[in-house]
Amino acid sequence: MSAVHHITAGFLPLLDSAILVAARERGFAAEEGIELALMRETSWANIRDRVAVGHFDVAHMLAPMPVAANLGLTPVRLSLVAPMSLGLGGNAVTVGNALWAAMAEAGARGIDDPASAGAALRDVVAQRAGRGEERLCFGVVHPHSGHNFELRYWLAACGIVPERDVDITVVPPPLMADALAAGRIDGFCVGEPWNSVAVAGGHGRIVTVKAAIWKNSPEKVLGVRLDWAETHEDRLAALIRALHRAGQWCALPENREDLAGLLAGEAYLNKPSGLLLRALEGRIETGGGIAEIADFFLPAGKAATFPWQSHALWFYSQMVRWGQVPHGADNAEKARTSYRPDIYRRALAPLGVAMPSASMKVEGALSVPTPVGATAGKLVLGPDGFFDGAVFDPATLDAYIGAQAEAVAQEG
Amino acid sequence: MSSRSLSILVIDENRPRASIIEAGLREAGHERVTIVHDVNAIARRIAEVEPDVIVIDLENPNRDMLENMFNLSRAVKRPIAMFVDRSDQASIEAAVEAGVSAYVVDGLRQERVKPILDMAISRFNAFSRMSRELDEARSALESRKIIDKAKGILMRSRGLSEEEAYALLRRTAMNQNRKISEIAQSLVVASGLLDGGGLP
Repeated sequence: MSAVHHITAGFLPLLDSAILVAARERGFAAEEGIELALMRETSWANIRDRVAVGHFDVAHMLAPMPVAANLGLTPVRLSLVAPMSLGLGGNAVTVGNALWAAMAEAGARGIDDPASAGAALRDVVAQRAGRGEERLCFGVVHPHSGHNFELRYWLAACGIVPERDVDITVVPPPLMADALAAGRIDGFCVGEPWNSVAVAGGHGRIVTVKAAIWKNSPEKVLGVRLDWAETHEDRLAALIRALHRAGQWCALPENREDLAGLLAGEAYLNKPSGLLLRALEGRIETGGGIAEIADFFLPAGKAATFPWQSHALWFYSQMVRWGQVPHGADNAEKARTSYRPDIYRRALAPLGVAMPSASMKVEGALSVPTPVGATAGKLVLGPDGFFDGAVFDPATLDAYIGAQAEAVAQEG
Repeated sequence: MSSRSLSILVIDENRPRASIIEAGLREAGHERVTIVHDVNAIARRIAEVEPDVIVIDLENPNRDMLENMFNLSRAVKRPIAMFVDRSDQASIEAAVEAGVSAYVVDGLRQERVKPILDMAISRFNAFSRMSRELDEARSALESRKIIDKAKGILMRSRGLSEEEAYALLRRTAMNQNRKISEIAQSLVVASGLLDGGGLP
């Protein structure tokens, strides 16, 4: 028997901590000789700091967080890598009842149609400005989060200038529903189950989902300190194998009920399992009926756990777009190399898993599920389109960033 | 200018702990200390207080909101860096270990901030030690009560002396490799069931 390795992982109570929870509770970590301890945290800042000082070996992290750390945007100096993604999708945008009433009147339709919801929101924003009313305020979970970037992307693509037309503030996920109920914010973008919690409490309506704004888009990663990844290569590889198997288990429909029950536990999300099950099934109660969302949250399949460097670069492009970091070739390189497909490939090679041959792809190129070149077996990717039809080609990053800047200049 | 006393904002939802920190800071000669328990509308407070140093407990989920505020020049005019020095690993570790985090206005000299952070860390540690001791004392008291109850049951039902009853509890605990209080607890529960007291 090989020695048992202890790994401590930090997580926040969110649906997409599922792979970590399943790895521990359903024995996938133990099979790899890992004793996986999971520590629930209250803020992303704590996750980052506790990884920095070594309380956590690895953590459930916002996908842009390692990029932000390596660009020096965090208060603590820290080099992080993302050797694996923890799934795709899982977020939604919810608005309060009053805002929904105004949006419905302005023509907002189903949650799989971000363009109509966005156009309605733009009209409401214009009406409010015309009446001299306060700007609408939206909550996101962190400045360096998929939520912040997809909310802004959606708003901007619908003709709303985030900096000029609305306020965007940070609220911790478990406090979103309360903040909405208390009228401190008018809407928010957050991961499940916190949208469903707000709807169940009668405080809001889900108007669109991450899976519709950018299909099969990245949300959380496994975040690891660079020096830990380098000094614990084998241990990290074993963990990645365990998480890969856990992800596949999570994705099987027959396991969803079991998974929802696990996540509902007091030590994890501490929410009703029925609520979590719906989100796992992609059957979202919007507040106006159940909507079935394709690939709402994907813990496996379609290379859901592969750390695409094009994802890292898209997040970087948005950090530049919203003034978090200046664009430069060396910054782009720091962002790209924050994601480490090489570690992922080395870890999973012994399993003969189908993995992409490329480390980057053109985001938004696939409108239907498409077979692609893989190292072993068959691999189907996508669709990975942005709702506005835009395409992000990492090979033409400068042009993409330039076009964003022009759009901002025109609007401003 | 450098001798001007620093403005310190303590954000802690735990009121006793916040008071302990405040007292410590005042003892150390800091006059301008503000305590905030509720982080709603914190932006306005920060603008009013213009803190040089912000101390916040790590259990507060609003740290993410606070960090976002520091990135926005609207709420806080000066850029804020965390901890005394971004490379001061030992301070960061000690602070996180104690459960406290500090944000410091960039450019403030380390020798002015270090004592404040050290004080906050030692007070946090003292407070958690105190709470732990209190918990231990409470549970010791609870154990003693339950053991007394179990002894009473044994004395009544088996006609033992107090000493014999205690010896029986201790022997059983040793044989089962459990604590005396656990054995006593089981006995009290079982006896309650047998008496029918716990049943409808």
